[in-house]
Amino acid sequence: MSLDAPNGHIGLTLNGAEITVPADSTMRLSELLREVAGAKDVKVGCNAGDCGACTVLVDGNPVCACLMAAGQAQGAVVETQSGLVADDPIAERLAQSFQRHQAAQCGICTPGMMVAAVALLRRGGALTSEAVEDALGGVLCRCTGYRKIIAAVLDASDTAPLAEGGVGAPIARLDGWPKVNGAERFGDDVAPEGALVVRVIRSPFHRASFAFGDLDKYREDNGLERILLAADVPGENCFGTIPGFEDQPMFAEGETRFKGEAIAAVVGSTEAVEAMQAFPVDWTELPSVTTPDGAGDAALLHENRAGNVMCRGIVRRGDAAAALAEAPHRVAGDFSTGFIEHGYIEPEAASAIRVGDRLEIRCCTQAPFMNRDGIARLMGLAPEAIRINPTATGGGFGSKLDLTAQPYVALAAWLLNRPVRITYSRTESLMSSTKRHPSEVHMEIGCDAEGRITAAQFDGVFNTGAYASWGPTVANRVPIHASGPYLTPHYEAKSVGIHTNTAPAGAFRGFGVPQSAVAQEQLYDIMADRLGIDRLEFRLRNCLRNGDPTVTGQVFERGMGIDACLEALKPSWDEALAECAAFNGAHEGRKRGVGIASGWYGCGNTSISNPSTIRAGITAEGQLFLHQGAVDIGQGSNTVITQIFAQALGVPVADITLVGADTDVTPDAGKTSASRQTYITGNAARLCGEALRAQILRLGNVSNDAVISLDGGLTLTDGEATVTVPLMGEGYAIEAVESYDPPTTPLDENGQGDPYAVFGTAAQLCVAEVDLALGTTKLIRIVAAHDVGRAINPLLVEGQVEGGVAQGIGLALMEEFLPGRTENLHDYLIPTIGDVPPIDTLIIESGDMHGPYGAKGLGEHCLIPTAPAVLNAIAHATGARIHHLPATPDRVRAAIRAL
Amino acid sequence: MPLHRPETLSEALSLLAGGGRALGGGTDLYPALRDGPPPADLVDLMNVAGLRGVSRDGNGWRIGGATTWTDILRADLPPAFDGLKQASREVGSVQIQNAGTVAGNLCNASPAADGVPALLTLEADVELSSQTGTRRMPLSQFITGPRRTELAQGEILSAIFIPETTGSGAFLKLGARRYLVISIAMVAAVVEIREGLIVSAKLAAGSCAPVAQRLRGLEAQLVGKPAHDAAAIITAHDFPELAPIDDVRAPAEYRRDAVAALTLRTLNAAISKETAHVA
Repeated sequence: MSLDAPNGHIGLTLNGAEITVPADSTMRLSELLREVAGAKDVKVGCNAGDCGACTVLVDGNPVCACLMAAGQAQGAVVETQSGLVADDPIAERLAQSFQRHQAAQCGICTPGMMVAAVALLRRGGALTSEAVEDALGGVLCRCTGYRKIIAAVLDASDTAPLAEGGVGAPIARLDGWPKVNGAERFGDDVAPEGALVVRVIRSPFHRASFAFGDLDKYREDNGLERILLAADVPGENCFGTIPGFEDQPMFAEGETRFKGEAIAAVVGSTEAVEAMQAFPVDWTELPSVTTPDGAGDAALLHENRAGNVMCRGIVRRGDAAAALAEAPHRVAGDFSTGFIEHGYIEPEAASAIRVGDRLEIRCCTQAPFMNRDGIARLMGLAPEAIRINPTATGGGFGSKLDLTAQPYVALAAWLLNRPVRITYSRTESLMSSTKRHPSEVHMEIGCDAEGRITAAQFDGVFNTGAYASWGPTVANRVPIHASGPYLTPHYEAKSVGIHTNTAPAGAFRGFGVPQSAVAQEQLYDIMADRLGIDRLEFRLRNCLRNGDPTVTGQVFERGMGIDACLEALKPSWDEALAECAAFNGAHEGRKRGVGIASGWYGCGNTSISNPSTIRAGITAEGQLFLHQGAVDIGQGSNTVITQIFAQALGVPVADITLVGADTDVTPDAGKTSASRQTYITGNAARLCGEALRAQILRLGNVSNDAVISLDGGLTLTDGEATVTVPLMGEGYAIEAVESYDPPTTPLDENGQGDPYAVFGTAAQLCVAEVDLALGTTKLIRIVAAHDVGRAINPLLVEGQVEGGVAQGIGLALMEEFLPGRTENLHDYLIPTIGDVPPIDTLIIESGDMHGPYGAKGLGEHCLIPTAPAVLNAIAHATGARIHHLPATPDRVRAAIRAL
Repeated sequence: MPLHRPETLSEALSLLAGGGRALGGGTDLYPALRDGPPPADLVDLMNVAGLRGVSRDGNGWRIGGATTWTDILRADLPPAFDGLKQASREVGSVQIQNAGTVAGNLCNASPAADGVPALLTLEADVELSSQTGTRRMPLSQFITGPRRTELAQGEILSAIFIPETTGSGAFLKLGARRYLVISIAMVAAVVEIREGLIVSAKLAAGSCAPVAQRLRGLEAQLVGKPAHDAAAIITAHDFPELAPIDDVRAPAEYRRDAVAALTLRTLNAAISKETAHVA
């Protein structure tokens, strides 16, 4: 192999092939591999060595390709995920194992994980969990909770994954193989060749006014194609998510309201944009407020919102104040949580091309149709003039519902009539994307002499940041859920969203419910201890049962499964209590405790229509297509919806070809949010499968027992009879389209009504060990009992639970976004592979009145109990209660010292 | 934008004298670019002959300026280096350890540099080379403040020298998560025990002052004392050597509190090894 490459070129061996490519020798190796050599399986998550997604092997050693000069790889042997899986039997077995264990969810960290694991497996030697953790500790994952990745590495063998099965079968992810062999394509991976690049100019201050310099001269001097400003926006310069609350401009006009807000964007070649001089703008910093404290008196962020109040929510039932006054036992407390960043490993990315009078946009997203309509409004175009064709989405968790990068490429492509791309830097993503609402909660609960909750009062202040985003949803949802899944006869819960000069707080797994659970579940522990009742028993005594009214007066006759979740934890609870007592008897400086908490979550949007539509058809050639528009951001809708459809139609999943979310060809299955896809889109898929089956059986004139075979044609076997159904015509010979919208009712002025058709419930316990001198918390294990109604795919259920638990651990122990201070992934900490303990998932199947085959949603539920369970464990271990999150070592230590 | 890849030190130094910027493993240089372009001229030191690896130097040891953390982990070194080896394992991640160099860690001069406390307890000297010659100074003098060193324009940290060292080493890093973490505080120790008495104790703490510091006041109190007296001595010590600050990772007050516990544990870990080793 030649070690020399011509001037301006770099020669290396990439996945076995000697290549010589033109490249600047100081560019990052990751950029060379992706942009020059086309190795799109190398992912870039942070460009700082903080996430490990870009891990490749250089001469056999794992390194971050983003930290290596391309020229340093001159003459080296570079291996990436795709090459390894294709050429190395060890990697091929690992890929199979990742599929078998569902170790890839969204798949964005999978290349880094697998490459790091191959280095470990090649080295040989004893394979232990610790060795795997050490080897993979440099790669962050936000979806899986890491446990299935550890299991997959420990179990790399030739065993084939389970490929086939309807409802209830733990089949491998149907869209999984590309994620484990390096073929998956995310937002930045599909950018058109030669596309211009957009870079957004953002405010460096929490609040500022600004004046542009000579933009024409700047554009010419820097060889840029165009500078985009508010005046260039053809439609309305605003977007949002909730009708009536579309208040966020694409470009701020006159004044910026948060650090990181866009004021302009430049468009040019990659080279021109990378080399451009400082953008000509004069900033004048203005007084700002970044917490609700003081926001009432601060300058209004939005003229029509007095006191900077975005909106309020309330649920009132009985007379909480009177019942509390009469309660023999009362406990109260103040609790707070900070901004939490979604921390998906794939930064926001989009590309756009103009096709005649239409715009075609590719992007990572959770909500293609909402994005389409939002872009149409900004562009002043009809929604049908916009096509959103989502790529694979490398994690979302709520933040990729909102428009982020898409408007900028849309506008640039529209005006310049050239392909345009954008990918946010990690810092840009952190500073500008939505966050979980910081919360300040005061709550009081009252209890009778028998340990039955009589009343609860909840007052929650939520920092909603500069723009509404999903703030109204949080304000509405929290009062409905702040009781927890407990019978609470007298109840009053108020919430308010306050505008401040921070990034908008929006949707994040749980929509405010995890924050309220931190308060409510800790108070339940305090009350149980006060009464001398076992904490699990106290919860069982008070939990909602079938036939009990919720705090909105809704009664479920079936499927209120929290009692079953708590009962399922009992053996682990008893065992954990005994184990902690034994441990604490034998150890002085370290103490163990066990915590428990429940959670519940209404699936789908609150009291409003939110339908999903599913379409399926069979071509003349006998090929069956399922238009599945529920965006799979790693949670598994591609697999779950297909399993439901296959079950309803009566065919194997292998017969089904998926057509993904694409606003031109697949009907709207709504947003991937609010734990709604399995329930709502799942029902649409069930109805569609049933409708298609009914049509087919009618055409064949056969009974309901007939078996459908798709083997180049359509054959029905009904007992002894075999019928071939003729298939003819263009497009689909047979087609079905069905929709489902959950039956809910509006809430009255006291918040009474049926806001959701389905609630899912959960209870988790956590064993934690606290180092008393340092205040560090090490989690020993988590047991999570979840009533999912019916597990469509039990392995996917486990994956959701483990991933939600990991995010709950982050919320409890380490995560806090501080605007301007933690805008990278080494100051903003999310759990690593060494921070998530073994998780035992107990699946409860209590069925459901409405869910497909009895299934409920799950995505948000799994995060809700985790943080309070961890905090309750810390309190049990040490006697110290953490009111203000995160429970970092210094806060835990301070609480211990204050005892 | 050229990347120079010299194979001799003199060639490297000549390129640096011409204004090039030194590149080692890139694990500090590239993150610091954020979204900006790389410097115009980079001089890759990783190919320079004799610059990478750990070797004997008389009775002591020489760590070349291009030696990675993984190289340290794989080197055959006496027990006094155990703290340095433990620190190597705690630097970022395997990926960072495979690329990042010990010398780069020193030149980056972060108050939280993982390598500095252990090298202070090993009484390391650094060798600085430029076209005009080489100079040598104690590590404690080399780093002058946060992100500040004695390194002059055109100069590189060409080697770290560690004198003959007896005793056993240990290192503990305290952070808010398990991997990929910048320390809240860390402590390194090298201790020598004879017949139950502490013959020598070298202790250093990082992330608790603008630059990692030797805990000389504490060391002086420990020498000559029975190993089992260490706890009482450390508990009574108020760490005047340190000046912790509040930052996103922890408040100063916590650091002051935690460093005492870390010091005791690190010292005890070193004492245990030393006792086992001597026995």
